[in-house]
Amino acid sequence: MSIFDLTIAVAARALAAKQISSVELVTAYNGAVAALNPRLNAFITTTPDLALAQAKAADARIAAGEATPLTGIPLAMKDLFCTAGVRTTAASKILEPFIPPYESTVSGKLKTAGAVMLGKANLDEFAMGSSNITSGYGPVENPWKRTGSDARLVPGGSSGGSAAAVAARMALGATGTDTGGSIRQPAAFTGLAGIKPTYGRCSRYGIIAFASSLDQAGPMARNVEDCALLLNAMAGFDERDSTSAQRAVPDFTTALNRGVKGLRIGIPAEYRLEGTNPEILALWDKGLAWLRAAGAEIVDISLPHTQYGLPVYYIVAPAEASSNLARYDGVRFGARVDGVDLIDMYERTRAAGFGAEVKRRIMIGTYVLSHGYYDAYYLKAQKVRNLILRDFTEAFAKVDAILTPTAPSAAFGLGEKMDDPVTMYLNDVFTVPASLAGVPAMSVPAGLSSEGLPLGLQVIGRHFDEETVFAVSAALEKAAGFTALPELRAK
Amino acid sequence: MAYTLEGRTGTWEVVCGLEIHAQVISESKLFSGASATYGGAPNDHVSFVDAGFPGMLPVINQECVAQAVRTGLGLKAQINLFSRFDRKNYFYADLPNGYQISQFEHPIVGTGVVEIELQDGTIKHIGITRLHLEQDAGKSMHDQHAAKSVIDLNRAGVALMEIVSEPDIRSPEEAGAYLRKIRQIVRYLGTCDGNMEEGSMRADVNVSVRKAGEEFRTRCEIKNVNSVRFVMHAVETEALRQIEVWESGGAVKQETRLYDPARGETRSMRSKEDAHDYRYFPEPDLLPLILEQDWVDALAAKLPELPDEKRRRFCAEYGIPFYDAGVLVADQAMADFYETVAKGRDGKLAANWISGDFFAALNRTGTTLETSPVSAAALGELLDLITDKTINGRIAKDVFEEMVETGKPAAAIVEEKGLRQVTDTGAIDAAVTKVLAENADKVAEYKSGKDKLFGFFVGQVMKAMQGKGNPALVNEAVTKQLG
Repeated sequence: MSIFDLTIAVAARALAAKQISSVELVTAYNGAVAALNPRLNAFITTTPDLALAQAKAADARIAAGEATPLTGIPLAMKDLFCTAGVRTTAASKILEPFIPPYESTVSGKLKTAGAVMLGKANLDEFAMGSSNITSGYGPVENPWKRTGSDARLVPGGSSGGSAAAVAARMALGATGTDTGGSIRQPAAFTGLAGIKPTYGRCSRYGIIAFASSLDQAGPMARNVEDCALLLNAMAGFDERDSTSAQRAVPDFTTALNRGVKGLRIGIPAEYRLEGTNPEILALWDKGLAWLRAAGAEIVDISLPHTQYGLPVYYIVAPAEASSNLARYDGVRFGARVDGVDLIDMYERTRAAGFGAEVKRRIMIGTYVLSHGYYDAYYLKAQKVRNLILRDFTEAFAKVDAILTPTAPSAAFGLGEKMDDPVTMYLNDVFTVPASLAGVPAMSVPAGLSSEGLPLGLQVIGRHFDEETVFAVSAALEKAAGFTALPELRAK
Repeated sequence: MAYTLEGRTGTWEVVCGLEIHAQVISESKLFSGASATYGGAPNDHVSFVDAGFPGMLPVINQECVAQAVRTGLGLKAQINLFSRFDRKNYFYADLPNGYQISQFEHPIVGTGVVEIELQDGTIKHIGITRLHLEQDAGKSMHDQHAAKSVIDLNRAGVALMEIVSEPDIRSPEEAGAYLRKIRQIVRYLGTCDGNMEEGSMRADVNVSVRKAGEEFRTRCEIKNVNSVRFVMHAVETEALRQIEVWESGGAVKQETRLYDPARGETRSMRSKEDAHDYRYFPEPDLLPLILEQDWVDALAAKLPELPDEKRRRFCAEYGIPFYDAGVLVADQAMADFYETVAKGRDGKLAANWISGDFFAALNRTGTTLETSPVSAAALGELLDLITDKTINGRIAKDVFEEMVETGKPAAAIVEEKGLRQVTDTGAIDAAVTKVLAENADKVAEYKSGKDKLFGFFVGQVMKAMQGKGNPALVNEAVTKQLG
């Protein structure tokens, strides 16, 4: 078995059994990054020396018998997590020179667990996008190809660099963040598992904010088990984030073998959208058949406000973003373009530092919060957001989990869907409602499209019931038996 | 008599409301662990949260919340068990996040009332609209460098309470009395030091004018006025300016103005059209602030006695006039000093001594209550000597001066200098006999009807006894011998 075919769980066992050292593992993955990154652009910053130093420390820790399941495991860190002493850009030119003097809670927890950081993964600028084309450091290429085509495809977004890195075997796992689908959709586009935990499960401290009431960190990996191992280390209350939940973190791996016998799985009628790719719908049907065969009860449910999810999301998220991004003003950190006075300096700095999509969302957000428009947009959106939450609350009185497709299509080509931002926004149609409700949701690779591209199914659970999400996802994974590999990968 | 201003077209009434920004006394800032202490080298007290660095999040400081609640209780105001923080968005170089975290829709404290007293003794109630918590901005300085502005973020993130009054104020005097009263209350509570020179308390003054019986006319807001005197002057100046505008056929425009104490005028800062659109929305980084009634009750139970209550109690308990009590409760230390002296003694005597000889001595020696050479206990001992007739009031003044100079206890001075009052009637009679004999002519005048000479005889006797005679006994003996 190639060192690049390992999962985190398998690698951890091999490390524990001294069949392999972290230095060997990390050296191999550093090599894969060096070889593939120039093509895929999955990393904005690579940290091979730091990774090797961490690998040495990890080996010492393993030798001392003080290892965790993540000790010595090479990971990609989405470049939205502030990492002390390592440049953190949020894929924006405005943060090109920014080296944080502090560590985000989640990356710090992974560090404490002994995980190794290979570098900072590319993303859509400030996590605003579904294709990774908005990055200020160039787009990421999806390692998957359509059958018989060499067209460059997007890895999805915003955690596209994380997705491409893991899919191309440049890392064993990665951190992502999900605001409206930014973990789940790229996971689906690249044949990975990825979970957006319950809002409040992981601390947002040190994660560069996009939309504070939606942002949530989560893992992306080759399988469901690896996601559970990563989330075990990433989750937990943090007094530095007032929105993080004061709840004990269960061992998510214990849920993996629970099975779905007796579970009630909801199929929301409203997700069967007009014009949805029949392949996606067919995969969905297959998914529910698998779960039924595994002993689950399939229940038709209604989430009546689903259709308002996207419009609500594209009001709430830009509103918060317009305010969150006001701090990038050239005064204290990051890039500055001098001007004749303060206002001129602001304008030049922000004009040069932000890309088009970020500017668009700042303008939308500023507009919806403006005097005279607030009630019609932001306030109305908050009310509808409450209705969406109520949809889920009522549904979860009847079912234990909900099954839907992750994305309305497979990965699309670089340059496609570029003309109209709204078409691009439609990518998030299945993922946004769970974000607005704050409930946990996971994408599991479930099959290939007729063009040979991976497709994902989404499992949505109750607040803080990631365990059921893992149990259902593991069952789907087992039934789907997804083994396909992307064309571009370390071998 | 209501305060009015005479214009060319008639009599005008002034309408005024104050927004007072009071810096909360706390160890650390409202949303970060950085020190909230005044001073320090520029940018010494700044955390990454205060500086608005990427990924940094606010965490509410419970002590600041407690201070706001205490203040609300002191203002006899509604404490809102549910309140929420909002973002007030605007760009400025010393506002690191590009927004101020404030409370817009749901303030922590609702309506209350404050009692003010005017020169003529009138008591008036001024309504409190609300009190909310918010963070301060930093400080921009434009005179430190030829081409650059520099920024000090020490103050950025420090907790402020904004206390908003109803437009109940009708004169500069009322504005001054209200501001002083709020300052007195927060100082009693220990929630703000009320130091206007250091900027830990400042006021935005809303002023309009109207003719009797009219609805409110357009108001102007005068920003950041930083002394009681300036607030009073700003109200008058701005009212006169508005009257002039109305009377010349113009209309007052709603705008924000700046008070220039050097020139004694207000100037336009920005008009309503240029007003910022602050795009308030709920702060998503913080959960709503939910208080437990028990927690509020516990704070209320530990609240110190406030000036109004203390004043009334002083009147009732120590039998002193309302006005005197007002002077004594002006600040907490003074009230405590008085109470130490008055406790178990004659309250009026204590009040007279403190507002008379004691204050005079502080003034003369340039000392304060804290540094006074005569402590409350020492002054009390002096009063005890008067009450138990060891010395008389006249001698007590000399003893007190000696105490101020030497810091010695009253009893020691009395013993040392032999100042004990003479109550031996034999000695007094002898002194009276001698004085009457020496002043036979005056005795004759007295007997022919010049009653006023009685005081002269008493004075002479006291003088002969070096002031130590018991005044009552001396009076008695003089009366008897003049027969």
